[in-house]
Amino acid sequence: MRLGLVIDLDTCVGCHACAVACKEWNTSGTTAPLTDYNPYGAEPSGVWFNRIRHYEIGEYPYNKTVNFPMSCMHCENAECVTVCPTGASYKRSEDGIVLVDQSKCMGCNYCSWACPYGARELDRVSGTMKKCTLCIDRIYDMEIPEEERQPACVLTCPAHARMFGDFDDQESAVSRAVRERGGYQLMPELNYDPSNHYLPPRVHAPIPVDSLRKKATAKLKEWVNRVVER
Amino acid sequence: MHPALAVIFLTLFSGGGFGLMALVATVNDLQIDGGLNPLQTLVAVLLSLLLVTIGMLSSTAHLANPRNAWRAFTRWRTSWLAREGVVAVLFYPFAIAYLVWVHFTDAPTAPAGLALASLAGGLGLVTIFCQGMIYATLRTIRQWNTALVPVNFYAMGLASGATFLALIRMALGGKATFLAGLAMALIIAVAVLKGIYYFWIGRPSGPTIHTATGFNRSRVRLLDQGHTFGTFLTQEFGHRLPREQALGMKTVMYVLAVVIPLATLAVAVEDTSALAALVAAVSVISGIGVERWLFFVEAQHVVNLYHGRQRC
Ligand code: SF4
Ligand code: SF4
Ligand code: SF4
Repeated sequence: MRLGLVIDLDTCVGCHACAVACKEWNTSGTTAPLTDYNPYGAEPSGVWFNRIRHYEIGEYPYNKTVNFPMSCMHCENAECVTVCPTGASYKRSEDGIVLVDQSKCMGCNYCSWACPYGARELDRVSGTMKKCTLCIDRIYDMEIPEEERQPACVLTCPAHARMFGDFDDQESAVSRAVRERGGYQLMPELNYDPSNHYLPPRVHAPIPVDSLRKKATAKLKEWVNRVVER
Repeated sequence: MHPALAVIFLTLFSGGGFGLMALVATVNDLQIDGGLNPLQTLVAVLLSLLLVTIGMLSSTAHLANPRNAWRAFTRWRTSWLAREGVVAVLFYPFAIAYLVWVHFTDAPTAPAGLALASLAGGLGLVTIFCQGMIYATLRTIRQWNTALVPVNFYAMGLASGATFLALIRMALGGKATFLAGLAMALIIAVAVLKGIYYFWIGRPSGPTIHTATGFNRSRVRLLDQGHTFGTFLTQEFGHRLPREQALGMKTVMYVLAVVIPLATLAVAVEDTSALAALVAAVSVISGIGVERWLFFVEAQHVVNLYHGRQRC
């Protein structure tokens, strides 16, 4: 199995609900807590597994806002695991999930240097590295209904911009979405082979405006303008 | 990258210490300039151990959870950081054994002593390589991801070690024409290699904001980082040095690490002045300190692309 997420950049509205749901679930999850520093002060900061950034693509008038959620990509070539000297970082062979064993981490930051996607953040209070667990404490929980055995971010997304599944299964929803919508990986040249894929915004046919029937008053105005010009 | 002093001190001081031990072994092995006398050997090995220990201790100050530091020796099969720890720890018994040997036998060039010294020196050199590889393996930072990094660590560890050795020899009443000459040659090597390195990283390459986001055919501009204040990512990776300031610091680095040591070492040899050699040693280590600071501040991690940089 190769578990991971697909993020649909076409439908993501940038509401940050996934990040909030993630924080809420995981702050009492397996690598809890996700410490906040100075949360009500002038300079609030803290540990998050999922961050959403916002970009403008293209130039006016052909521009577009794209909201960009990012969390751990659970890479096939996870250098973060290779470089970890303590063995705290590991990649599960059964499903490809990359985790940090909080009882082994010494907080050296080295793995965060090796991650291109900014997926790892040091928790200054526990002194250990924190990162997305793909909600490992939800997806295998047999106590909850099957449709809820998904990461918190996927369940919460109001725009259905997030999908969770197995990329090794060619017929899974995520594999199909990547195949049909041209899903891609970020920074492929670094060869980390991230599991998470991104679906590009759909190309919509422009709504035609020239061929619309014009109102009589608009026609009259145009005619008057032309006459007055002469 | 955030230039954490603890990490800068690790490679700065332990590099000099390992370089010093390697040169003590070489000089005594080959009887260069008649070899070192027992007192000079003792002081040199002690200084080497002191420098390595300062480096090692300061690196643990960088850990957020030092209780688990002992685990850092376990993953030597994959991690250069673990390898560095293992080899650095192996260095101690041999260096200390040589120290004890010289203390009790007064025969620094006896075969058994030389075997210990050579092993310690060799392990020191391997540790310098591991330290360079800690940085050079990171594909995320193009300023580090080059073979020039371990090469430069070698040049600088050996240059500072040679300067220390010349100082010790002169302070303890020996002639150090050859050792000072060796130090000067190594310092010139540092100047050249560091020049090549700066030329190398000056050329843009690697990922851009386009490959980072996947929008390869249009302009990409950050609208909002999505956080109110700084995050771990901006604090750890966000550092940047304006061009003029970088140039200024590089000039300072070259003056401290190259120009002053070369001049003072020449004076030291001319006047057999240990004081001049001391100035050279202090200057070279401060210059390399500035170099190590620049090494961190100039390193631009690709995560900055997601925070709006067009390229790193
Ligand atoms: S995204 Fe970063 S933390 Fe996650 S597996 Fe890849 S390299 Fe490791
Ligand atoms: S911070 Fe923890 S998980 Fe990361 S490399 Fe260091 S010991 Fe490993
Ligand atoms: S919850 Fe969904 S729509 Fe909102 S930011 Fe996250 S992915 Fe985008």
